[in-house]
Amino acid sequence: MENTNLKERILEISGVNPRKCMKCGKCSATCPNYDEMEYHPHQFVDMVEKGNIEPLMASESLWTCLSCFACVERCPRSVEPAKLIEAVRLAVIRAQGGNHLKPQDIPDKLDDELPQQAIVSAFRKYSK
Amino acid sequence: MTYSYYPGCTLKTKAKDLDRYARASAAALGIELRELPDWQCCGGVYPMAKDEIATKLSSVRALIAARDAGTDLVTMCSACHNVLKQVNHDMAADENVAAKAANYMKLDEPYRGETKVIHFLELLRDEVGFDELKKRVVKPLTGVKIAPYYGCLLLRPGRVMGFDDPENPVVIENFIRALGATPVIWAMRNECCGGYATLEKKEIAEKKATAVADNALANGAQLMITACPLCLYNLTKNAQSGLPVKYFTELLAEALGVKEDA
Ligand code: SF4
Ligand code: SF4
Repeated sequence: MENTNLKERILEISGVNPRKCMKCGKCSATCPNYDEMEYHPHQFVDMVEKGNIEPLMASESLWTCLSCFACVERCPRSVEPAKLIEAVRLAVIRAQGGNHLKPQDIPDKLDDELPQQAIVSAFRKYSK
Repeated sequence: MTYSYYPGCTLKTKAKDLDRYARASAAALGIELRELPDWQCCGGVYPMAKDEIATKLSSVRALIAARDAGTDLVTMCSACHNVLKQVNHDMAADENVAAKAANYMKLDEPYRGETKVIHFLELLRDEVGFDELKKRVVKPLTGVKIAPYYGCLLLRPGRVMGFDDPENPVVIENFIRALGATPVIWAMRNECCGGYATLEKKEIAEKKATAVADNALANGAQLMITACPLCLYNLTKNAQSGLPVKYFTELLAEALGVKEDA
C-alpha cells in the first residue's frame, strides 16, 4: 500500500534518498543484529521507497536496531539506511502516546553498575 | 598544552575510573584538561534526524564554549565523542541545523563547526606522539596481550569521525605498543557489542557481547580495553566470557606510574 504523505515525511526527517540504492544487500549482510530483525536495513530502504511504511512502523525492528552505523559506513552508495530506521522510529514515538520506553519501566531494569549512558540513550531513542 | 575537556554524565558516576585515570595521566604528561564549567549531557546517542534540533543543543553549547575558550575540545567517552563530533559536523555542513540552533540559542555570533573535537586517544597520538609517550612510560606492561576494542562509536561514520581507518584501525594497537604491551589483532574489534540493547532486550546485548569477548579470547587476549562505559558494562556484565575489560586510561596511568595517585 502506497502512503505518499508518510513517505514524504520519512524522507524529510531522514534526509535519505532511497533511490540511490542499488540493491546490493551489503547493509543487511553487515548488520550485527540481522538475526533479530524482522525487516532488515535493505528492506527499510526498499519499503520506504515504495511507500510501504505501515509494516515498518509496526515492526519490532525499530527497537532492535543497535544504532551502530555499520550499514551507514559500508553502503557503497551512501544511502545510510540507519537514518531511515531512525526516521520511522521517530514517526512512531512522536505521535501522541507513542513512547516505547516509559520512565516507570526503568527502576526494574536498573542494577548497580548500569551506566547512565544506557538510560539517557534509551530515552533518546525510544521516547519523546 | 591546554584543552577544554568534556567528561560527560557517565564519567561523573559509574565510569569515574575512565575520568580520574585520564586526569592523572594527562597531568603526568604535562597536558592541562580544563573541564568545561557548564557542560550538559550529550544524550548518549547521536540524533540522526534532520529535523532534530533541541536534542543537539547540549553538544552545541559545549562546542561553542570551547571555541570561546580558544581551545580544542577533548572527549574521553566514545559515545560523547561520537555525538559531539557528529553534531559539530552538522553545524558545519547543514545550514538548516546551524540556523535553527542559532535561533534557539539566540547566538550573537554564528557557530559553524569551528571547534576541533578530539578524542583523548587522538591527543596522545597526534599531540603527544606515541614515540614520546613510550619514553614517558615507567612501568611498561611487557608481555600482556591486550585486545583493543573500538566498537561502533569511535570510528563510524568514518567520513565524519576522521579518527582512523574505520575498517582497519591502528590507533589503539599503537597505543598498546607504546605502553610496552602486545596488541591482539582480532576480527570483532570494530563490531558493535549490542550495548544499546541492554535495556530494550537484554538477550540481544548478552549474545552480541559474548560473541565479541569470545572472539578476543580465542585470539589469545588476556585483557580488553575500551573507551566506552556502555561497552565495558556490556562486555563484563552481559557477556558470559569472563574476559577482564578495563578503560584504556587505567592502563595508561599504570604504565606512567601514576595509577596510585589517581
Ligand atoms: S545501525 Fe542498525 S540496521 Fe544499521 S547495521 Fe547497525 S544494527 Fe543494523
Ligand atoms: S548497502 Fe546501500 S546500496 Fe546496498 S542494498 Fe543497502 S542501502 Fe542499498
